Formats: sequence, structure tokens, C-alpha cells
Amino acid sequence: MQDAITAEYSGPPKLNYLNNGFTLKSWLLTKDHKRIAIMYLITVSLFFMAGGLYASAIRLELLTPASDLLQTGTYNKVFTQHGILMIFFFLIPSIPAVLGNFILPIMIGAKDLALPRINLLSLYIYWVGGAFTVWALLQGGVDTGWTFYTPYSTTFSNTYVMAVGLGIFINGFSSILTGLNFIVTVHTMRAPGMTWFRLPLFVWAQYATSLVMILGTPVIAITVLLLAIERFARVGIFDPTIGGDPILFQHMFWFYSHPAVYIMILPGMGVISELISNFSRKKIFGYEFIAFSSIAIAVFGFLVWGHHMFVSGQSVYAGLVFSFLTMVVAVPSAIKMFNWTATMYKGSISYDTPMLYGIGFMGLFLIGGLTGLFLGAIGLTVHLTDTYFVVAHFHYVMVGGQVIAYLGGIHYWWPKMTGKMYSEFWGKISAMLVFVGFNLTFFPQFILGYMGMPRRYSYPPEFQVLNIFSTAGASVLGVGLILPLIYLTQSLISGKAAGDNPWMLPGLEWRTSSPPPTENFDVMPVVTWEAYEFGEESGLDLEGARANESVRTV
Amino acid sequence: MQTNSWVPLFPEQASTFAWQVDLLYLYLIVISVAFTIPIVVAVFLFALKYREKEKFASGAEIHGSMVLEAGWSFLPFVISMTIFLGGAVVYYNQYKMPEDAMQVYVVGKQWMWKIQHETGQREINELHIPVNRKVKLTMTTEDALHDFSIPAFRTKADVVPGRYTYLWFEANKPGKYHLFCAEYCGLNHSGMGGYVYVMEQSDFDNWLEGNVSGQTPVEQGRDLFENKLGCASCHAGGPQQRGAKLEGIYGKDVHLVGGGTVTANDEYIRNSILNPGSQVVEGFQPIMPTFKGQVTEEQLVSLVAYIKSLSGITGSTSTSQPASNSAANSGSNARTNSNTMTPRRADRGQGNTPGSNPNAPGPANR
Repeated sequence: MQDAITAEYSGPPKLNYLNNGFTLKSWLLTKDHKRIAIMYLITVSLFFMAGGLYASAIRLELLTPASDLLQTGTYNKVFTQHGILMIFFFLIPSIPAVLGNFILPIMIGAKDLALPRINLLSLYIYWVGGAFTVWALLQGGVDTGWTFYTPYSTTFSNTYVMAVGLGIFINGFSSILTGLNFIVTVHTMRAPGMTWFRLPLFVWAQYATSLVMILGTPVIAITVLLLAIERFARVGIFDPTIGGDPILFQHMFWFYSHPAVYIMILPGMGVISELISNFSRKKIFGYEFIAFSSIAIAVFGFLVWGHHMFVSGQSVYAGLVFSFLTMVVAVPSAIKMFNWTATMYKGSISYDTPMLYGIGFMGLFLIGGLTGLFLGAIGLTVHLTDTYFVVAHFHYVMVGGQVIAYLGGIHYWWPKMTGKMYSEFWGKISAMLVFVGFNLTFFPQFILGYMGMPRRYSYPPEFQVLNIFSTAGASVLGVGLILPLIYLTQSLISGKAAGDNPWMLPGLEWRTSSPPPTENFDVMPVVTWEAYEFGEESGLDLEGARANESVRTV
Repeated sequence: MQTNSWVPLFPEQASTFAWQVDLLYLYLIVISVAFTIPIVVAVFLFALKYREKEKFASGAEIHGSMVLEAGWSFLPFVISMTIFLGGAVVYYNQYKMPEDAMQVYVVGKQWMWKIQHETGQREINELHIPVNRKVKLTMTTEDALHDFSIPAFRTKADVVPGRYTYLWFEANKPGKYHLFCAEYCGLNHSGMGGYVYVMEQSDFDNWLEGNVSGQTPVEQGRDLFENKLGCASCHAGGPQQRGAKLEGIYGKDVHLVGGGTVTANDEYIRNSILNPGSQVVEGFQPIMPTFKGQVTEEQLVSLVAYIKSLSGITGSTSTSQPASNSAANSGSNARTNSNTMTPRRADRGQGNTPGSNPNAPGPANR
């Protein structure tokens, strides 16, 4: 790795955050947000692969109507564990803890997060929570569904419910600390001249996400605690036979888990704002509207949890109010969609891999968002709830939204994080495979859902054709997701040096070296330009860059 | 259920709700397409037209437009409100329980549906109903949550332990339709289902005759009340009765020890059998023992049916439909009782079981 860098500089190798220490201790006891982000990157990737293996098992089992590949009990554990790993240990930390951790302080011109030790602590908590959960899964796993609905989870399931619950409980503190750290950092660590309305929209999105994290996550912690109290002390909280109310659990669970859905999409929207604007080389359309729509989503996100419970025993009035509020949340999402589209108008658009992910996101999130309206329309959702329509919808948002944005962000900031360029050719191939494979996997599930195929089910024979499409799509998607693992790793070994600013962009992260030094900037930056400023004021040496274009790998 | 096309797109329409739900679905598809096409066309058009002409050239200096922002905030809001209203209307129809429906009792159990008709017939994982007649299910479960789902009828409802939930529909096409459990309930969740058979009235009558078995719920309840559980020794009336008189009580307001009032409905009766100490009627001592663990959910359903019959009510009509003051009557033996459906929260703070709160936000509304 050092050799490649040496080739760029005639002097001794420049010290950066990667080569200023090689011992294990220099990693495990680091306070550098960039090293912590890299350790998060490796860990969430492992969890993503584990969750992906479970997903493959699910799709293979669903190739045929009968329970043949997996026995029923195993199948129940597999979909439960797929959900738990993907949601709590991949999706929630993915963009905030990896990309946010790495890039947010640099974007605002800070040397580090405001609380570097807390940042390391949150990584350790994530590891402990993750290790505990993995241990519980290896011991025998859990079969309650990721939703842990009572009284099944408290009374009837003979699996490791409390152990997994404890793993999630521990992990929650990691989210809370990361959110807290981001909020403090954005308030106190901005470089001179970096006013609130000069912040990149990725920072706004992270800020909104952090609000949800610190306000919502304690509720899931309380819920798990109450579950434990009921299970061990037999105090009636959720169990009707000892005076509890099972619906109460659903209220508390969704009071966290619906906002958590926004933890899983807002950061993705932030990445997409960066990609669309920067690769159109044009100021984002309606900056303030996108910024405030993130905050609006975060606030309204707390008021719509009841739309998960339309048929579960909630009063009709509650149902109507939640349906109404759900419709209102559609508006800020629509505003973002329109603004992204308008940003491309009269731009100067280049189609590097990150931009392909950006455009892919717009297509998939459009479908994910619109099908959310189907599920918010209360009379329709009585038929649709608990079917594959719901499964398809949230995969369009979670995978089509957050995972695509995460991949786009990884490709976008990879040259900054590693100093290396990956293969554009394979990047584009992979982006297209992911897009096609994803649609083939999940679009048929909308139809299956309307046909009435329930979730968490082995199905009657007439549903088989669409399930075969879905499994075929999942294979394509799988290939599309394995490719980056190969070519990104390969780029570390033999990738061309990226240079400090391979895309000639104005953001602060592109005004320091790649990889950045430990302190992020050699000289404290002073910001005199607006966000996404591509004109003269940006001070970028575009002529020089054009002359030196051979730096880029195409 | 099975349609003829190779890849089925729509489930069969077999209830009076089906066309409403399908119409709403089509409306949403139209809206979605109307949103998707302009955005996709714009993205493709911009993507082609505004490709970078020169490496690193800047795009135009456009920062935003108040008019456009206002327009594309307002328009989605208006459209989403039309969707909300459409959904609310369809939902209201599904939720408003009819008063003249045929009653069926459903108890969910890991992993089967146990069903009993008013005439006493029992069936498991199958439900036989006549076409063009309103059917109302009164449901509960012995264990975990379940969900009674019939896609061809476009309706479903969760079945919750410790509560009664209600579901109604009117099938309008004879046939055999899937019945699923749609709420995950453990190991054999996907095996918990069967079929709903919608039959012509004459076929249904034949089916009923061919299945004469046992007692009706009311008869079974009387048997439990008078003999097996011995309720009658305290509740049968007479000069020194230790328990409240139950004749005519159903649907009335009951004054409780310690103040407060509760409407004597299904939930209240059920709760009084299981947690007698939680809502004691004024003028009586809290001496009744609990029957928790001694009666099954099915026996409870029968007891409730019998106690209702003491008030001249044969059906199990919903007791907590808000905004409705109409009578809880049904069938041939109707008797008007205007208190039954009055929404009240008078029981607040009286005991802590979910069943103790007949007007709680609950599935009783469906």
C-alpha cells in the first residue's frame, strides 16, 4: 500500500491515518474517527454477509411450495435471524457509523468528532452487542420474527429470546452514543465559515438521523427491559394471563421501530443528495427544502407507529389518525424526489459508478415510497398487511434505499478513504446487476402480496411461478453484491492512486489528501463558499485537473 | 382461489368488500404510474440531454424555485388526502359491524382454527358459510396472536389473547377460498389455515343438517352454568343470592364497588369469570373464586352466549362500536336495549386486564 503512495510523491511517504501506525493496538485504542469507521466498515460487512447468507437460504427454500430445504422450525429461525442481523447490526449502523463517522467530521472541517473516546466506546458496545447476539444465535437462535411480538416471544417460544434481546439492548447504546456524538459535533466543531446553511445535505441528514437515534432508541431498551421483568419476575406487562396487554408491546415496539425505519433511510437520502448534486456538478435544487424535509421526516416519523397495527386491535379512531399522519409523511419524501430530479436539469452530468447508484436509488425509492401509500390507505392495508406486499415494500425502502445509497456512498468516498481507485468497469457492471436483480427479486412480491400470500410462510402451489422469479432475481442480486467485495479489495492491492480530488468536487473532504492525515487537514480550512458551489468561488483548479485527467481510471 | 392465467395478478373477488378494495388498489396504481412516468421521463431526459460536454464543466446556476417547491408540496398533499379518504371509507365499511349477521365463534390455537356455529356445529380449519349472507366472527385465542385472513374476501383481523375481536363479511360468490393465519404464531404458522367454503343457502342447510352435533353454544353454556361449573348456586336468583342476578343484565350499565360504571358486554362477562375481583358489582362481596384455568376459551364463549340469552339476546353482537347507539339485537329473538352500544370509558382504573376494558381501543371495533 505504501509503495503505491510513494510513487505519487517524490519525497518520503506522506503520513496519513492509515500509515501512521501498524500495530493492533494502534487500531484498537485509536481515537481517530477514520480508523473507527474502517473497523465499523469491516464489522458491518461481516454482518451483511451473514444476513445475506440467511437471505439466500430463505429464497432457496421458497423456490418450492413445500418445506423441503429447511424444516419449518429452521425456516422460522432463518427469517428471524436474517431480519435481526440486517436491521440492528447492518442497516442501522451502516451509513451513520461507517460513512458518517468517516466523512462527517471532514465535511464540516473538524479534526475529529467532538467526543472521540465516546466514539470508540460506541464501537466497542456494538462489538459486545454483536458478539452476544452471534453467541445466542450459535447456541440455538431465535424464532420469534424480528418483531418479537408477545405473547409468543414471552410465553411460547423455546428459543434464545432473552439472550438475543439483550444483544439488541446492548447494541442500542451504541446507536445512542453515535447519535449524541454527531449532534454535539455538528453544533460545536464546524470550521470557521461553515454556517448551518453551508453544511452538505449529508450532514443535515445525519443530524436528523441522530435526533431519531437518541430519542427513539431508549424506548426499545425500555421495552426489552420490561420483557425481561415479565419473563423473570412474572409481573404482568404484556402477558394477558397475568394481567398484561400484548397490544402494549406492539405500541412500544413500533414507537421505536417505526422511527428506526427513518434511521434506515434518512442517511441514505443524505448520500443521494451528495451524489446527485456533485455528479451533476450543479448546486442542489431547493437546498433548504431538502434540509428541512429531513427534519420533518424525523419529527413525523415519531407519530406514525400505529400504521403497523391497523388490524392488530387498535381502535378505529387511532387507525384513522395514524393513516392520516402516514399520508402527511409522504409529502417531505415527495419533496426530496422532485428536488433531486430538478437538480439534474441543466447539469453537467457524468456517469461514474456512484451516480449510477444515485439514479438507481431514485427509481427504487420511488417505488418504495409510492407503495408506502398503498399501505397507509387503511381500507386497502387491511388486505395487504402481513402479506408479501409489506415484505416487498420495506425491501424497496431498506435495500433499494439504504443499501443502494450505502453502496453508492462507499464507491463515492472510497478514493478518499483508501487513496485508491477501483475498477470503474466492474463498478458499473455491479451497479446494474444490483438494480436489475433487486427489481426481479422484489417486484413479483408485490403481486404475491396482493394475491394474499402471507409473510413468514410456505405457500400454496399457485404462488410458485412468481416465487421462482423472485429467487432468480435474488441470484442476480447476490452476484451484484459479491462483485464489489472482490474489486474493492483488489483496488487496495493494485488500484491506481486516486489523488486528492478525483472528481474535482468542492466539498471540504475533497480538499485534503487521500487518505487524509490523522488531523484531517494540514491547515485549518476556512469556508468561504456555499455548499455545492461549482463556480469561480469554489477555487477549484479545473483546468489543471483536465490537463491531469490521466489520474482517473476509466 | 386459483385463477386461470399462468401468473395470477388478482385474487378472486368473493365478498362485498372485494370490489371496493380492488378499486382503491387500482386508484393507487393509477396515482403511482402518474407520478412515476414524469419523474422517470425527466430523469432519463436530463440524463441524456445534460451529459457533461466537457470534463468537469459546471452545471447551470439554478438554486431553486419557490413556486415549484410550493407546487410539489401542495400537490402530493392533496393527492395523499384523497387516498386517505378513500381508505377511510373502505375501512369504515369493513369495521362497522352489521346487526343482522349470522354468528360464528372462532378460537385460534397453535396451530388450528376451531370454529363453532350458532347451531352447535363445530369444524376445524374449515368454515362453511352461506352465500349472500352477512357473517360475523367473534374471535379469541388460547395462546399466541393469530390472524384470521381470507384474501378472496379482502379482509383480516388479528386474534388476540384475553380479548374478543370481530370480523365480518358477506360472501357473494360460491366457492372454496384460502384461509390463512396471517400473524406469525410459531412453528407451524404456515400450516395454520384451511379453506372457507361459500355455499348456496340450500347446500348450506344440507351441510348443517348433515353435521348435527352436540349442543348450541347457548345450550352448552347453560349446561356449564347449571351443572358443570355450578354458577347457578350463587347466580340463580332467590332470596339469599350471593352473586348478582344475571337475567336482563346484558348491555346494561353496572355500578361497581368503589364507584364507576361499566357496560355489561362480552368483555365484561368474560373478565368477571376470569378475574371476578377486579370489577365487583355494587352491593356484593368479592367472594367469587376465579375460574381461570378451569374454563377453556370455547367454554367462555358459550357462557357468554348463555348469559346473553338470559337477556333475550341470541347473537354475539359487538358491544363497543363507537358512534352508534343502535340496539344489540339479532336474529328472531331481538330485544332492544339502547345502552348496549354506548361508548363509555367509565370502567377506567378498574382492574388491569385488557379484557376488563370493554371500550378500550381494541379489536372489538372490527
